[in-house]
Amino acid sequence: MTATSNNASTIEAPGLDWRRQIRFSAIGALSCAFIALAGMPVGLNGRSIIQPVLSMGYLSLLWVPFVLASLAGSQVVLEGMTERERDSKDLAAGALVGLGCALGLAVLMILVQNFNLRDPLVNWSPQLLDLLSFGRSTTLGVLLWTALGTIFGVLGGAMHVVPGGMRRKTLTVALSVLTVSVLETFLTDLLEGFGLEVFTDFIYYKRGGLEVAGALLVAVLAIAIPLLVGTRITAVRTRVQEMPASERSRVNLVLLAVSAALLLVLPFFLGKITNELLANVGLFVLLALGLNVVVGLAGILDLGYVAFFAVGGYTTAVLTSPNSPGFSPQLPWPVALIVVITLTGIVGLFIGAPVIRMRGDYLAIVTLGFGEIIRLLFLSDWLSGWFGGAQGITNIPGVDVGIGVVKGTDPRSVFLLVLVFCAIAIYISWRLEHSRLGRAWMAIREDEDVAEAMGVNTTNTKLMAFVVGAVLASFAGAIFSAKVGSIFPTSFLMLVSIIILVVVIVGGMGNIAGVIVGALVLIGVLGGPKQPGLLQEFSQFKLLIYGALLVWMMLKRPEGLVPNVRRSRELHQEEFLQDAWLRGEIDADDEENES
Amino acid sequence: MNMLQILDLSVTFGGLHALRNLDFQVEEGEIVSVIGPNGAGKTTFFNMISGMVTPTSGDIIFEGESLLGLDPSQVTERGIARTFQNVRLFANMTILENVMVAQHCRTDQRVFGALFQTKAFKSEEKAIRQYGEEVLSFFGSRLTGYRLEQPASMLSYANRRRLEIARAMATRPRLLLLDEPVAGMNPRESAELTALIGRLRSEWGFTIVVIEHDMSVVRNVSDRVVVLDHGETIAQGSYDHVANDPKVIEAYLGRPAQDELAGEEASS
Repeated sequence: MTATSNNASTIEAPGLDWRRQIRFSAIGALSCAFIALAGMPVGLNGRSIIQPVLSMGYLSLLWVPFVLASLAGSQVVLEGMTERERDSKDLAAGALVGLGCALGLAVLMILVQNFNLRDPLVNWSPQLLDLLSFGRSTTLGVLLWTALGTIFGVLGGAMHVVPGGMRRKTLTVALSVLTVSVLETFLTDLLEGFGLEVFTDFIYYKRGGLEVAGALLVAVLAIAIPLLVGTRITAVRTRVQEMPASERSRVNLVLLAVSAALLLVLPFFLGKITNELLANVGLFVLLALGLNVVVGLAGILDLGYVAFFAVGGYTTAVLTSPNSPGFSPQLPWPVALIVVITLTGIVGLFIGAPVIRMRGDYLAIVTLGFGEIIRLLFLSDWLSGWFGGAQGITNIPGVDVGIGVVKGTDPRSVFLLVLVFCAIAIYISWRLEHSRLGRAWMAIREDEDVAEAMGVNTTNTKLMAFVVGAVLASFAGAIFSAKVGSIFPTSFLMLVSIIILVVVIVGGMGNIAGVIVGALVLIGVLGGPKQPGLLQEFSQFKLLIYGALLVWMMLKRPEGLVPNVRRSRELHQEEFLQDAWLRGEIDADDEENES
Repeated sequence: MNMLQILDLSVTFGGLHALRNLDFQVEEGEIVSVIGPNGAGKTTFFNMISGMVTPTSGDIIFEGESLLGLDPSQVTERGIARTFQNVRLFANMTILENVMVAQHCRTDQRVFGALFQTKAFKSEEKAIRQYGEEVLSFFGSRLTGYRLEQPASMLSYANRRRLEIARAMATRPRLLLLDEPVAGMNPRESAELTALIGRLRSEWGFTIVVIEHDMSVVRNVSDRVVVLDHGETIAQGSYDHVANDPKVIEAYLGRPAQDELAGEEASS
């Protein structure tokens, strides 16, 4: 590549694209109306973010003009193009987008006032109108929304105008306040464990949400903490990076040990609710790790993964519960676990054998079918002599570990048990990924025919992925049934499979850390299929948010929150190759590599 | 003794005879070129040997045993490896991983070894890695060094073709099937690869069957040339013999024009 002189060949960037702004304001209008009609403002209004200034209900609408305006103003800067000067035009553009959003709400308000469409649209209610007009007249509501929409739109547009440092600080403050407010139950619980109620009492309002003073304190801390320790952290980081590889791995090992120890100690400082929540998250981490082996590593899209969870759960129930209708050996849990693992592995083989002969869409649909078949078998009258049909199996004892019994009424012990099994599952996935088997899975994911032609027995290798996935799910099943104490077919709906898959996709397919992050974010914050998360108010909108998040992820970040290197390479191959080419790492010409 | 023997083999796709009553032998240590116009059935011929296509009738005998009914992976295990005409690497795996995964059928550590990091597992991993690097270093410094950890998609076209050969070599075959190894390479690169094909036999002891369109390569590497057209062998023998065979010339260039037509052309 010949070096291009900087000035000669740069191209003037195109000016502000007004059409794009108008398109975004239309999108904003529709989104606001949709959110309002989905019932989010009314449903979430009970929870306040900053008492009494901002509630979650209003926030569910206010973020729209801000985010859309800032998205509308963003522009791809290509190599060799000058960046456009940002000026007041951007603010105007932001205002336009904000006005669009406000217009959507205004039209909605007027319609709600004059017509009654409650039959098809359940949330077409006086409460909605009341909320949108701030409890006053519609005219005032329209005016206020116009003002608010414009202000938030301008703020969104301003994100491109203000210097980067200030933008980062503002966003940090806003996000910290939001996070601290959202994590209220968790933080209160945690700080109470350390005897720091004074702090939480100060920042949180009694019935939820931050106090104004508390919000200010959080904002100050969000700016001050990075200033105080930021430089030190970067210094430590560079020092670690300069270390030789052996020493660096020792540092990593120490870090790992410390965080493991912290995790083990953590439950003793947490209350019941938080422990319960973390135990649920842990169960989904286990399930997601298992599915990750099947989908992320071997590339088999299994939509019926809940089947193995169900088999694990039911087997444990039958083997340990005195109320098991057919066969009731009342084994202790650890003994039962061995049988459970073996049996679920065998079920994995039996379901896998016919399924892996198919590929792609067909395979996904067949696994979906098998997932339902297993649930229906447990539900059926035919097998109710064994599994109790719709009545399920109750009175499942906890896990006797010698020093105590792990059962649902003591969420702390459940969390610790889950933690141990998560560690085992992480170890299994990690070791297998970096072994002969893991390489074969990767090769199959890349190109199954070629893998087969290169001597990989694809049938056995794919079956092995199914079995490993099934075994990891059986851990979750065994703990689940000991935790809940009873088991019913309704715990194993298809939705569970889908949610596990969403956790894997959103977190980052093929990446262990990604899967854990995915479970923390989705199950921890939003809640699982039946378990509430930190945002309990969100439970009725959970699936809506899951769906929206999935669509957004697929469009903008298909590799997930914490991506697997290979996957993001695959999904962004062109960008990746261009970057490599610019860095001069691609052998564009063979001659120069001749040695 | 013949290493590979193909007896009266036919492959039909619906009504299309991709290969028709083919007889073919390769002797141990031979380099045989298979040539023929597009659509002559050359790649089908490879697909069938490597087990990706099941023949309609006939038999394939490799080292005295029939390959019929074996999966592609089993064929590879018997000692036949191939490359693909349209390079099919595992593009997102690193160069080293590409040759490591190809040793799958020569290694046998399973879940247990990986989980408990047994001695056998560790030594096998090390051996896989070493052999992979050895295979790669056959191509000079192009595929070694810092490149080992780079994804295969970052290689230049010619290097991808080389890596494909390396991957096939890593399966420790006795018979190597190369499908158009120099397609898309410049003359210099193809001359170099021609020399490499010779070294694959002399240094690694592979028997090689190569499909190629580039006649200079065919002339330089092959002991024997087999010409396919419409799924049938129309000629075989030394390069010079085949190059002058009227049937071959006809297959490539078409039938000489009719007399009267030729006359007209001559007068005009």
